[in-house]
Amino acid sequence: MRFAFTEEQLAFRDAVRDLLARECPPSVVRDAWTNSSGRTDKVWSRLAEMGVLGAALELRDIDVVLVLEETGYAAVPEPVVEHAVVATPLLADPGSARAGEITVVTAFEGQGPVVYADSADTVVMGSEAGVVVLEDFDVAPIATSVDGSRRLGEVTGSGARVADADAFHRAFDRGALGTAAQLIGLTRRMLDMTVAYVIERQQFGAPVGSFQAVKHHLADARIALEFARPLVYRAAWSMSEGESESPVHVSMAKASAGDAALLTAGKALQCHGAIGYSFEYDLHLFMKRAWALAATWGDAAWHRARVGRAIL
Amino acid sequence: MDLTFTPAEDAFRAESRAWLEANVPHGLRSGDTRDGFAAHLEWERALHEARFAVVSWPDEYGGRGATPMEWLIFEEEYYRAGGPQRVTQNGIFLLAPTVFEFGTKEQQDRILPRMAAAEDLWCQGWSEPNAGSDLAAIQSKAVRDEASGGWRLSGQKTWTTRGAFCTHLFGLFRSDPEAERHRGLTYFLVPLDAPGVTVRGFGRLDGDEGFAEVFLDDVFVPDADVLGAVHEGWGVAMVTTSSERGLTLRSPGRFTATAARLIDLWRERADPDEARLRDAVTRASIDAEAYRWQTFLTVTRMTAGEQLGPESSLTKVFWSDLDVRMHETALELLGVDAERDDTGWMKGYQFALSGPIYAGTNEIQRNLIAERVLGLPRR
Ligand SMILES: Cc1cc2nc3c(=O)[nH]c(=O)nc-3n(C[C@H](O)[C@H](O)[C@H](O)COP(=O)(O)OP(=O)(O)OC[C@H]3O[C@@H](n4cnc5c(N)ncnc54)[C@H](O)[C@@H]3O)c2cc1C
Repeated sequence: MRFAFTEEQLAFRDAVRDLLARECPPSVVRDAWTNSSGRTDKVWSRLAEMGVLGAALELRDIDVVLVLEETGYAAVPEPVVEHAVVATPLLADPGSARAGEITVVTAFEGQGPVVYADSADTVVMGSEAGVVVLEDFDVAPIATSVDGSRRLGEVTGSGARVADADAFHRAFDRGALGTAAQLIGLTRRMLDMTVAYVIERQQFGAPVGSFQAVKHHLADARIALEFARPLVYRAAWSMSEGESESPVHVSMAKASAGDAALLTAGKALQCHGAIGYSFEYDLHLFMKRAWALAATWGDAAWHRARVGRAIL
Repeated sequence: MDLTFTPAEDAFRAESRAWLEANVPHGLRSGDTRDGFAAHLEWERALHEARFAVVSWPDEYGGRGATPMEWLIFEEEYYRAGGPQRVTQNGIFLLAPTVFEFGTKEQQDRILPRMAAAEDLWCQGWSEPNAGSDLAAIQSKAVRDEASGGWRLSGQKTWTTRGAFCTHLFGLFRSDPEAERHRGLTYFLVPLDAPGVTVRGFGRLDGDEGFAEVFLDDVFVPDADVLGAVHEGWGVAMVTTSSERGLTLRSPGRFTATAARLIDLWRERADPDEARLRDAVTRASIDAEAYRWQTFLTVTRMTAGEQLGPESSLTKVFWSDLDVRMHETALELLGVDAERDDTGWMKGYQFALSGPIYAGTNEIQRNLIAERVLGLPRR
């Protein structure tokens, strides 16, 4: 047993981390809230160049889980999980999806509303009946998301069935796992932002981070992160190895990562005080992404129920 | 990454499982009672004879040189087989790592084999009536006795776990009254039958007499029983306390075994449609798994030569809170039977409630996490 990533896996992560730090700062995320697609101008093509959009074609879940964590850390306003992790492996000809020339989104049973459907070229639908690829479809915008970049829609259309129910289940688990990894990244981001803030912000002549009530909030967030993260990595390994229990492992990961992110969002806001409650301040971009991702691809209660069915 | 166990690890697991299944005693009285303690010692000596008492130690001291991963495997098997809490744990899991790191060869040879064989039984003497969380406030003194080549100890230790049944105590004493709080402390090893020592046992929350007060009145201790450098006991003690919070005292095996028993209880007792308890049991199982996998991650880092530091505080808060939550859930499942003492859960609950207090309270651990892990400023 050796629970550690390889040099290559870490190098891939670092490269994507650097790219996103440059190309996807909070100002870019914020812009996506108000533009027409909810997406960015160039992050998509940069991710394609780095091999992220086609990663699931050549790499295993364990090779991309850290990269997905980084896309969460940056709150990248793009359907990275849906396109790169869930959909591309299901396409007969994934070439243009890999290159980022088209965007593929997913309409999966259990996922919730379809994100970024109105800027998608292809939709992959998944259900107990199997997987269907739609080139021709209609999108009805539905409610807006709490996260202003996530454009939600409902998709109708028909297409050819390309895979069976088993493939649907596996792909669904990829969506849940990829989202769990993003939630871990978001948790780290919110914690980093808050630690930096409470060291700087002074009240009563001292940094607020020196007060015990504040310390204890953030210690609890750090603990939640510490114990959710290994479950996410373990689930990625389990999926990569095709272990029969991987759905249970994925559910443990998604439930714990979602809980950690929601807890941290609450603690982060409280420790920021009113500035964190300001729309102009960046914290809400990450909190809202966390709320959205905690709910999508099965929320914590849904995933715990699935674990419960397996172990009780 | 390779999350499968190696053939050697599997073989070690199989050997441990077979032996434990055949030998683990059931129904022992609590090790925090006098006759229970005696029964536990018999078991600990059987473990030692089979060379399972200290698997991670080198062969020459009674171990088998097991890797940290194999040690974890052994612990999983130990608790899976229903093995009782180790009454020798304060010596084996807290003092021993410190002796390996700071002890002289003479001390190692003298102390470790007798500890492994459960011949010398060690208790931990940190706390004093006025030094709990504020450990550096200890007042028990060590006065130099140059003529006899040693020290004379006086003062009082308290809340000493199983102090009344043990033969030796390790603890901190103020050797330089002029020095600042954390300086001027020395780490001593004290035989409890030395002239001047009085031990008074007293009851814990659950009624077992597992606590003791230890009074020291001009107790002579030779230089050979100083662990580490004189006046530098604080640094030595920190190794012991981080063992206590971290892995060695609270291996995940104990929590995964409790989670498994909770599932059994759910199957016996629960209305399968009762969603809230169902969720609570599931949550506990997931958290026990999280603890297990976090530990594998940590052990991999240790094996790669990384030094672990303040992270042990994260672990301590997590396992102690988890233990309380699991027992609370069990008592809810038991409903009207929760108060009964024959199910083991109420007893376990009372013990679990001590987890957030001992080994440094969880409030203190959260302070440490904030300051040492997150880098927040001290006050
Ligand atoms: C079952 C059990 C076994 C034990 N075994 C041993 C043993 O073998 N050897 C030994 O030496 N000791 C032992 N102890 C004692 C244990 O180490 C102390 O109880 C512990 O260090 C806390 O000290 P205290 O009880 O004096 O609480 P106090 O320090 O008086 O604390 C009381 C409350 O105040 C809080 N508090 C104190 N300071 C702060 C602060 N700075 N910030 C925030 N909150 C604070 C605490 O968290 C706690 O909630 C044991 C205790 C228990 C319960």
